[in-house]
Amino acid sequence: MSVSIQQLTKVFGEQKAVDGISFEANEGMITGFLGPNGAGKSTTMKMATGFIRPTAGRVTVCGIDVEEHPIQAKRLIGYLPEHNPLYLDMYVREFLQFIASAYGLSKSKRRVEEMIALVGLERERSKKLSELSKGYRQRVGLAKSLIHDPKVLILDEPTSGLDPNQILEIRQVIKNIGENKTVILSTHIMQEVEAICDQVVIIDKGSLVANDDLNKLKEGLGNTTGIIMEFEKPIDSSVFNEAGFELKSAGRNAYLIESDRSDLRAELLRITSEHDLPLSSLTKAQNSLEEIFHRLTQSKKS
Amino acid sequence: MISIFLKEINEFLNSLIAYVVIGVFLVGIGLLMWVFPDTNILDYGYASLEPLFSFGPYVFMFLIPAITMKSFAEEKRTGTIELLQTLPFRDSQIIMGKFLAGFFLVLFSVLPTLIYYYSLSSLGNPLGNLDTPGITGSYIGLVLLGGVFTAIGILSSALTGNQIVSFILSAFLCFFFYTGIDSIASINVWADWSYYISEFGIMAHYSSISRGLLDIKDAVYFIGLIVIMLLLTQLIIGSRK
Repeated sequence: MSVSIQQLTKVFGEQKAVDGISFEANEGMITGFLGPNGAGKSTTMKMATGFIRPTAGRVTVCGIDVEEHPIQAKRLIGYLPEHNPLYLDMYVREFLQFIASAYGLSKSKRRVEEMIALVGLERERSKKLSELSKGYRQRVGLAKSLIHDPKVLILDEPTSGLDPNQILEIRQVIKNIGENKTVILSTHIMQEVEAICDQVVIIDKGSLVANDDLNKLKEGLGNTTGIIMEFEKPIDSSVFNEAGFELKSAGRNAYLIESDRSDLRAELLRITSEHDLPLSSLTKAQNSLEEIFHRLTQSKKS
Repeated sequence: MISIFLKEINEFLNSLIAYVVIGVFLVGIGLLMWVFPDTNILDYGYASLEPLFSFGPYVFMFLIPAITMKSFAEEKRTGTIELLQTLPFRDSQIIMGKFLAGFFLVLFSVLPTLIYYYSLSSLGNPLGNLDTPGITGSYIGLVLLGGVFTAIGILSSALTGNQIVSFILSAFLCFFFYTGIDSIASINVWADWSYYISEFGIMAHYSSISRGLLDIKDAVYFIGLIVIMLLLTQLIIGSRK
């Protein structure tokens, strides 16, 4: 267990920003940390990195309690805060050099150059941070969080403010790094989660609403089942309507059927063979993550 | 701690702060000592560095808050405090790094005034007729006072996210500790207590050191005050979490 969060709670005044969240993230996995704005994502991440103290509960990183041994824990964590605060008066190299010296790295010069190459800052390496665009600043932030080769990476919206190409690049960097590290990243972009995350944790109003494998989450939710039927040629869909099914178009010669009947597949196959329709495939439709997110985080409001 | 110290020093040097502070201090003190008719040594006729040590604290009262107002206020406003506190630093290391950098700048602005010592000793009649122990004591006093002001400035900066508030607060606190307490002690209601109240102020200790009297009591006072201010800073920085 690389990162273990247990019953983490944070109370600001009268507001419970985070309310008894527990989850774990393992090595070699990328955990997507989702939730609407103000759900407590950033607060949770700030507690996990030891920046703010939890009201209750604890966080351990590779077995080290963040509150009891903050210095050792901070050495294991690479953290990219939300809004990515940087010393804008510093130069790219100077800034990374400062971070390297803060971690007490030997061969810091070489490490800085490696980081610059890794995040693609070669052309900007001798610029001032204030001169860089948001995307490049984000890269500097990422380089900062990777420079000491941490076991755990905690990234708060790492791709916000980047253009589509940069998003793909940064995602690739994170994915490559994630192979032998523990990565927890928060984001609003669902495609991002589908593209790189293995595990998904969703919180809403400070409480955990989902914590599962990405694929399980996509399969397991909702009580209606969706089936996508694809045919070789256009068909007369009225035969299904007569049997009480409603067909929605889902592409060329493909239809989506949603129903809560348990014998849905068998029934559909029966109709197909009865009317001798040229069925080419029949697949179970997966819920889109966006839909799941919407369902999980909206339901409580009503 | 060293990396924070170096970062702060670099920041002073890269922005104009360091040059402005040292420049203003030296120009101000230089004018008071050698040019202005009311205070200059040449007209005064005695080989003493008195203007440096009597006006120095007042110049520091404005310059040191200007040096330190940024230290925590700016980090809080831009959010870089989060960056700093999630690096493997203890809060005490961050505070000491910032304090020492400010103190270093103060030392550096006092250092060139040693030339005045040489000038005076050359002007003395007979040559080199100077109260060296008195001047040594005064220098130690001025440096310790600079340390106290720096610690007060760091504390004020930690109290707020606004640099101007921090500046005004620390200038006021410096003034209060330097002459304020002494003035309060001189109000005619304390009777015998007046002496003890004035002992809480910087003035009492500063003037005794300035006479060349190096008492352990005064050193303890100055260093104690610095430590208290920095511990309060740590309390504030820690409680924000």
